Amino acid sequence: MVSIQSIPSTPSSLTHIDLQWIVKHREDRCTLCGKCTSVCPREAIYLTYRRQRMPKLDILRKQRGSEYRTFTGVRQRMAKANRCIGCGMCASVCPNEAIAPVPNGNDARVRMMQNEKGEAATRGGRRNVRYSLLDKVMFNRISMLTDPALDAGRHEFELNTLLGRVLAPDEYLRRKLAGEWIPPVREIFPFVIGSMSFGALSPNMWLGLLQGVAYCNEVLGIPVVMATGEGGCPPWVLKSPYLKYIILQIASGYFGWDEIIRAIPEMQCEPAAIEIKYGQGAKPGDGGLLMWFKVSKLIARLRGVPEGVDLPSPPVHQTLYSIEESVMKMIQSLSMAWGFKVPVYPKISASTSAKAVLNNLVRNPYASALLIDGVDGGTGAAYNVSMDATGHPIASCLRDCYLDLAKQGKQNEIPIFAAGGVGKNGNVTQNGMALIMMGASGVHIGKYIMQSAAGCLGSERNRCNVCNIGICPKGITSQNPKLYRRLDPDKVAERVADTFMAIRTEMKKIMAPLGRSQSLPIGMSDAIGIEDADAAKRLNIKYIC
Amino acid sequence: MCRLALKTASEAFSPYEVLTAMEAMQEGYDGSGLGLLLRGISFVDYKYRNSDPILSGIAHTEGALHRLHDFMQARGYQLKYDHEFDVNASLVEAQDRHKYFVRVYGTPDSVKALSQEELEAQYMHTRLDLRQDGLDNDADLTVFSFWPDVVTIKEVGWPLDVGNALGLSDGRVKARVVMAQGRQNTNYGINLYACHPFFIQGIATMTNGENTAFVPIKEYLTGMHHPGYIGYQSDSEVFAHILHYVTKQLKLPIEAYKHVITPLRTEELNVHPQGDFLRGLRNACRRFIIDGPNCVIGTMPDETCIMVQDGKKMRPGTIGGKPGEWAMASEMCGVDAMIPDRDRSLDFQPMRENMIIVSPDRKEFKIWSQFSPFPLHQAA
Repeated sequence: MVSIQSIPSTPSSLTHIDLQWIVKHREDRCTLCGKCTSVCPREAIYLTYRRQRMPKLDILRKQRGSEYRTFTGVRQRMAKANRCIGCGMCASVCPNEAIAPVPNGNDARVRMMQNEKGEAATRGGRRNVRYSLLDKVMFNRISMLTDPALDAGRHEFELNTLLGRVLAPDEYLRRKLAGEWIPPVREIFPFVIGSMSFGALSPNMWLGLLQGVAYCNEVLGIPVVMATGEGGCPPWVLKSPYLKYIILQIASGYFGWDEIIRAIPEMQCEPAAIEIKYGQGAKPGDGGLLMWFKVSKLIARLRGVPEGVDLPSPPVHQTLYSIEESVMKMIQSLSMAWGFKVPVYPKISASTSAKAVLNNLVRNPYASALLIDGVDGGTGAAYNVSMDATGHPIASCLRDCYLDLAKQGKQNEIPIFAAGGVGKNGNVTQNGMALIMMGASGVHIGKYIMQSAAGCLGSERNRCNVCNIGICPKGITSQNPKLYRRLDPDKVAERVADTFMAIRTEMKKIMAPLGRSQSLPIGMSDAIGIEDADAAKRLNIKYIC
Repeated sequence: MCRLALKTASEAFSPYEVLTAMEAMQEGYDGSGLGLLLRGISFVDYKYRNSDPILSGIAHTEGALHRLHDFMQARGYQLKYDHEFDVNASLVEAQDRHKYFVRVYGTPDSVKALSQEELEAQYMHTRLDLRQDGLDNDADLTVFSFWPDVVTIKEVGWPLDVGNALGLSDGRVKARVVMAQGRQNTNYGINLYACHPFFIQGIATMTNGENTAFVPIKEYLTGMHHPGYIGYQSDSEVFAHILHYVTKQLKLPIEAYKHVITPLRTEELNVHPQGDFLRGLRNACRRFIIDGPNCVIGTMPDETCIMVQDGKKMRPGTIGGKPGEWAMASEMCGVDAMIPDRDRSLDFQPMRENMIIVSPDRKEFKIWSQFSPFPLHQAA
């Protein structure tokens, strides 16, 4: 053993087996084309010449010796900025399957080093927990002999939901008779593309989504809407007839709203709705964050800020003194901006205080809905600790809120939309319908649509999850043209249509055996069960085993 | 699946006639219970005045009957007539039926002085209080209806046997409208409150098939905290309460019931002359959309009879008859049994958008379509 000083080791020294992903390279297959190193968004690997000793034994002379051969190998970088993220782009471009990252079966020590210069770990993605309670929900009120199950392939199904405040029947009649204002209501597909900002997403991704959404509406007859995150909307979209498929979000940074307000006189149609973000599930109590890497010229123009600066939104709205005031000022003034013809609703993080917010909204005649985002929601950028450990799962929060509304007989008036972890393990329709049967009027999907429509590689095993620094290997969340040109908007649009067609079919396959086809089974809690007695009790649904 | 039969005629007839229709529809049916609702009552033994309320139910013990008597007396209701059925107890499966009561009461002056709405509320509360009294006393008292000109009978067993057990064939009680529902899969342990027809403030419905949207509808009705919106031992009780809500609470014409439980689709409403109003109504009443498969047959206090299907129309009902006499049934042979001498070519099975309405004059049945203009001036 030698003294420590003679080996280059520091407290933060790492070797490849300390990293979360280990790049396996097979020299016998490598053609030295160099594609892997050039595609790697992290520059995590580099080709390097190596020397290998070849033992040489001369038996006749009874001599031992060494020869050396030089070969080209791949070496992994250890620096924080260059750590392999397991995206696998190297493997996807390798002509010879010579290289791939594999998850480290060992304990990755890298997490302990992610505080260099006192900066705590940040990332994109969502809570790195693969478990999903929603996956355990089963639909078990099957129509058997007493009422026939329906034919999902041939029967007609009403799958749409309502976004907007629905008046109580007597109040509706009174206002209709008196010629008074009736709150705007949109009939939409219950799976909504959740808020991902123009800024968080690349221009190609955004364009692809919008094209796909337009196709779903205009060709397939699936009235899908998508929500912008904070950060506005390109002016050409604001002035286009496609605006009606878009929910515009206003958040605590108010980014992009100069452009939106200026465009109002030239709008051809109204937006689907306005979403006021008070919180999001991935990082409750935290504002939006667009890191400087992604503030390109275009983004800077849309947001009215200089290029290349971090854009952290405050955790609360400047106008927020109290919930009453916030609701009064923001919901009312945004309703007023569009002549009370556009639904305006808040988005909050799931929390034990959600019921208080909901009850306040019930009393506000201009509040159109409530979107609750659970702890498994994704984000473009947040502190790891916020994502992993802060928040509240969506199921019990939604259920509490719905049952509270039902007790007051208000469940039809304020639709609750649920988000956060829908489709986490790919079961998007099952997860969404489970939430709908617990009382949601619809669900928002963000991460799932990135995965399904654009091939997002992020996972809850901390694969990739670098949306925050603009190096998305697929070009989904990058503002770097070299990266986002990897994404073909037309193909994204095609995948969006594929995704929603499949969701539509799966919805029918869930509803048909339940004998439901005439309306979305919102709150049909007798149809679901769960193999978890505690969860069943908490959610007030059946325990099955 | 349950069997439904309704007959309405200008001349009062014996409810036993409708039970024979049950018999005709027996194929593939286990006939394990019967619910009968009669309107337009006449008793052979008593000259009935149709504004007097009639209390119908079952006292399971002598004590319950005494309590009932005291209860009504304390409220000032004077017993005018107590109909005695000629009961043949051996034909009744259940053993705890002390007395089937159908009692006509004289309304106290204090109640007579109430407005129509208050009077109706008073009748309903009286029924609900008695029902609660029974539930508080080991379910020894079951009360089905307390309303002028309405008699309700419910019992477990083969429908014709129940009719024979109560001697309904003797013609001592007759009615202009009889609704009968033959139950399926019932046993004597069933809660009699789960039996159709369901009744609230003069409105009654009966249904076959399952109501797959039951839980959300029930939760919505319960959340309204209307004192009469209780029970729900059967998933079909909500149909009666929705009809009550639409006509009594919202005060909409009866056609609105169809628009509420099976609204037209968006693309259909877009071309409907009152599409804007109806779309709003559909949204506001979204929680009342039924999902069947059901045939719903209902009657109103003025003896109007209706029949509707759920949107899937998987439980087609049939109406047939002749002026002055109409029959509705869940199976065609039921109509045959009730009114054999009719022109069968004029029988009709309502489609998903239709509502059959037989008005009290009984001259014809109206096939109303949701695609037709909605008969509400305020909507236009």
